[in-house]
Amino acid sequence: MWPDPRVEKFVEENFIPARVHVRADSGLFQKYSEKYGAQWTPTILQLDPKGEERHRIEGFLPADDFLAQLMLGRAHLAFAMAQWDDAERRFREVVDRFPNSDAAPEALYWAGATRYKGTGDGSALGATAQAFRERYQETPWAKKASVWG
Amino acid sequence: MSLSFRHDVDAVLADASRENKPVLLDFSAAPM
Repeated sequence: MWPDPRVEKFVEENFIPARVHVRADSGLFQKYSEKYGAQWTPTILQLDPKGEERHRIEGFLPADDFLAQLMLGRAHLAFAMAQWDDAERRFREVVDRFPNSDAAPEALYWAGATRYKGTGDGSALGATAQAFRERYQETPWAKKASVWG
Repeated sequence: MSLSFRHDVDAVLADASRENKPVLLDFSAAPM
């Protein structure tokens, strides 16, 4: 997952990358694994600028799925910071670029929620429910969106 | 291209706050 140049480029452009290694950085690993409850490796956390966890990836993923999860997490970060336009763009980019990933239905759900949060326009939720009738019907996110229309 | 991970996490968190930039924190056991 890390040697992929797309992953490296995305991380470089969006984060300050930090690593604690279970052996080479054993003291720091213990300190931060306790702080954030990281009990397995690899665990990748996306932290907002205040150090609050906003997204977690546990276990190995192939590069496409890993990049999709990183993009999803970055969108959640924008959502948490009330950057509605940026968050929605990022959520929709996950769906567009990685439509077959596990991240895609979650991103579709949150794209609709983000549009609503940013605009107050309830039709955004209905449109999202409609979108889930056309794809990702078997996912938990379709069930969550079903109440919207 | 090869990512340069920092290991001084305390300083990373301080920089993130000052620069208003998110952090990616990797807990790793990968062979070195």
